[in-house]
Amino acid sequence: MTTFTDPPAESFKLSMLVYDTRYRSITFQILALVAVLLLFGWLTMNTAQNLNDLGKEPSFGFLGESAGYDINQRLIDYSSQSTHLRAAFVGLLNTLLVAAMGCATATVIGVIVGVLRLSGNWLVARLMTVYVEIFRNVPVLMWIVLCMAILIEAMPAPSAFRGDNPDATMKLFDTIAITNRGVYIPEPLFSRSLGNLHIGTAFDISINLLAILFVLGVSLWIARDITRRANAKQEATGLRPRTWHTRLAVIVLPTAILLAFLGFHLGYPELKGFNFAGGTYMRNSLIALWLALSLYTAAFIAEIVRAGILAISTGQTEAAAALGLRGNRIMSLVVLPQAMRVIIPPLISQYLNLTKNSSLAIAVGYMDITGTLMGITLNQTGRELETVLLGMLVYLTISLIISGVMNWYNNRVKLVER
Amino acid sequence: MSDTAFDTTPVIAPSALKVSDEVAIEISNMNKWYGSFHVLRDIDLTVHRGERIVIAGPSGSGKSTMIRCINRLEEHQSGKIIVDGTELTSDLKNIDKIRSEVGMCFQHFNLFPHLTILENCTLAPIWVRKTPKKEAVETAMHFLEKVKIPDQANKYPGQLSGGQQQRVAIARSLCMKPRIMLFDEPTSALDPEMIKEVLDTMIELAQEGMTMICVTHEMGFARQVANRVIFMDQGQIVEQNEPEEFFNNPRSERTKLFLSQILGH
Repeated sequence: MTTFTDPPAESFKLSMLVYDTRYRSITFQILALVAVLLLFGWLTMNTAQNLNDLGKEPSFGFLGESAGYDINQRLIDYSSQSTHLRAAFVGLLNTLLVAAMGCATATVIGVIVGVLRLSGNWLVARLMTVYVEIFRNVPVLMWIVLCMAILIEAMPAPSAFRGDNPDATMKLFDTIAITNRGVYIPEPLFSRSLGNLHIGTAFDISINLLAILFVLGVSLWIARDITRRANAKQEATGLRPRTWHTRLAVIVLPTAILLAFLGFHLGYPELKGFNFAGGTYMRNSLIALWLALSLYTAAFIAEIVRAGILAISTGQTEAAAALGLRGNRIMSLVVLPQAMRVIIPPLISQYLNLTKNSSLAIAVGYMDITGTLMGITLNQTGRELETVLLGMLVYLTISLIISGVMNWYNNRVKLVER
Repeated sequence: MSDTAFDTTPVIAPSALKVSDEVAIEISNMNKWYGSFHVLRDIDLTVHRGERIVIAGPSGSGKSTMIRCINRLEEHQSGKIIVDGTELTSDLKNIDKIRSEVGMCFQHFNLFPHLTILENCTLAPIWVRKTPKKEAVETAMHFLEKVKIPDQANKYPGQLSGGQQQRVAIARSLCMKPRIMLFDEPTSALDPEMIKEVLDTMIELAQEGMTMICVTHEMGFARQVANRVIFMDQGQIVEQNEPEEFFNNPRSERTKLFLSQILGH
């Protein structure tokens, strides 16, 4: 016979805060929190005191003042009379532009290089290895400067396009001019434009663009519905109807009709005097930065993709092959869904790196958020604390959005175990 | 390694060979090299419909490579393999046809970890056989019941034990309604307790008349189920016979040595 008694109630001793595993972690967390708060308090007090001594009150009023400087590459209207806030916004859009372009091309190049590095073709595999090793082992700043130097030195000046027998000619059926000042590409023009939508006094948004985006969105939604019907049909009958042509038509036709209705045409760049006029002008700084960031990050992405594919054991491919699946289906149904879970987390880091590396834009004079807000605005107003805080906030926001979106996607494709 | 490490002509007891007259697999004069290494030498093997063949031999003797040649997971360099009247060449159509007739189970199961058990079983019928999903699910559930794990259908492979995973792998192959099943050391990666549940499934399959070729070290299974045991060494078929004769009365020295080593304790 046994009698059950409660274990003897242990009296609480102060030493248990450090030595008892139940309290230990709580004790240290509280200590750490207090230390961090004290540090922040001291930093804030110190900064406020020093600013006070200098006669500078922290204030964001400078954002409403006239900027007084020009920005040569911009996506929205801007003049030197515009405010610092608007200059910062132009810079932000420029950062987003080069980051988005860079992420897209880096992903495409990276995936291609990564897959080709696994190729059985000796020459191709070696070439890709050389590419990866060269690009990822030299600092990206040098690639940016090198790209800029190549564009400036090796491309013809606009004057070379002049005359009856010019030294340089425009590319792609006379639509694109690549010069040492930048690249001129055709611009979209609408002869029956719907005009602009005014938001407040600061921003205009083209109604044409909104209309096109709307129609495209609806078409994509319908195309998705067609895919869903195809899936349902496959489930019911086993045969997957061929839908790519209807889907293509649904996506392309409505937009094409709208474009025709709006009188869409391209405005080609033309040589006028000593330079080109018309068309969209991409400065060398943008192109150099875009190229360098894409090629540099693509080298890392290639390795990530290669690792992701290699991480899937050959047993998976063999099992799928033994079941009678063909190569492309094995890739899309078995290997890639599994490789994605290995690829995505490091891919997020690469997107974030690229976005943050775009702050090196100042080296080639591309006016991104670092160049405007944390560069010229800072120099002109002397508001280093405010501008740097704002700049950090901007990068932090962009990065958190990117990683939030990618983590959401990663959660959707991850594996269930146990 | 010389070509004449042991020069024995394969010993065949003719009475063991026939179950039916219909030939399921015919391998003649097949050779395979990995680089300069001669893995399979002059393999000749005829398998009739309904036969259960067990292939034994030391590791590195080419057993796995040989059965992997039958569904072209490995390519043979000379000789002929004819499966169900279709010759295995580099022609994709022939390979597709043979692979949909021949099921295979692997040592490490190779289930698709990102798909549920049910999806593992319906993937190939849906995408290769173009079966309607409803029908594929019914077939899958039928075979999952047969391997006695219908209640795990909506779990993922990572949530199952090794024995359960191997039984799912068997069910997954059966869902393609193959006429021939290949087993590549199906119990080698399993705990002793789980070996039995997998072997029971395979015995049941054999009793239903499935043509089976099984690379295994389970000699009890060979005695109970096989109607022919093949012994391979150094890429050659050294001896083949009915199980009783094979175990009690091995003819070649190499077979005797092998049997004394695996049955000796």
